[in-house]
Amino acid sequence: MLDFDMGKYAVYVWPAWGISGVVLAALAVRAVTAARRWSAELKRLEADPK
Amino acid sequence: MFGLANPDRFARFTAPLVPVLWGLAAVLFAVGIWFSFIAPEDYQQGDAVRIMFVHVPAASVGLMIYGALGVSSFFALVFRHPLADAAARAAALPGAAYTLLALVTGSIWGKPMWGTWWEWGDARLMSELILLLFYIGYMALRASIDDEAKAARAAAVLGLVGLINLPIVKFSVDWWNTLHQPASLLRADGPSVAEGMLVPLLVMMGAYLVFFLAVWITAIRTEIVRRRVVSLRARKALEA
Repeated sequence: MLDFDMGKYAVYVWPAWGISGVVLAALAVRAVTAARRWSAELKRLEADPK
Repeated sequence: MFGLANPDRFARFTAPLVPVLWGLAAVLFAVGIWFSFIAPEDYQQGDAVRIMFVHVPAASVGLMIYGALGVSSFFALVFRHPLADAAARAAALPGAAYTLLALVTGSIWGKPMWGTWWEWGDARLMSELILLLFYIGYMALRASIDDEAKAARAAAVLGLVGLINLPIVKFSVDWWNTLHQPASLLRADGPSVAEGMLVPLLVMMGAYLVFFLAVWITAIRTEIVRRRVVSLRARKALEA
């Protein structure tokens, strides 16, 4: 069974997992948003005849 | 294989691969988190052992990423290949993030286990900190030079120099007396980790590795697009 009771180590375990989750999520969001932004800019430039 | 070194071919080849990598990373993380919280407590570390399931993957994959950055820098410097330079550049941020996570989660684990957040005289801790400084230095150097070709060359040299630090990080626990425990996974006589903890550790390592590949390949593709945008803007500015 899943055990989320970290006992006396909860103050160490949850911050370690929390920081890891936040940093990895930020990496994913940055990678995907940058990909979309530059693709949109390339499409705009290619569509613009001037 | 070398055909993929062409940016256009690389972009076409990786287009269907990217969503697969993101999906696989999500599945591996879900399974890894599940295993991490059904694993038994360690008889010495108690529940603090669960910090290892995020610390060890961040540290080992963070080290591998620098290897990828260094090898890419070599190809960028020697063969002046634009895709190799894009690969090195795209590896720097996730590598720095992983190394930072290794340092922070290791420090959080160290407080209840060693009785200290940080030990300046410890070879593993210091060589890992130097690894983070190489990543930061690489990104700062690129950002500080306006001419992209010059920035790429200077950063590639720094990227190559940083390779010297990789064996120091890996073998620091064998070469010097450190607080940090010796290698417990990559050993000549096999892993010394109990099976109940080895499975979540290996699944989480797989998750961190595949997640990095997803971020890296997405970022390389973005860099190819960014360079097209820069050259298109320059051409349009000339024509105007």
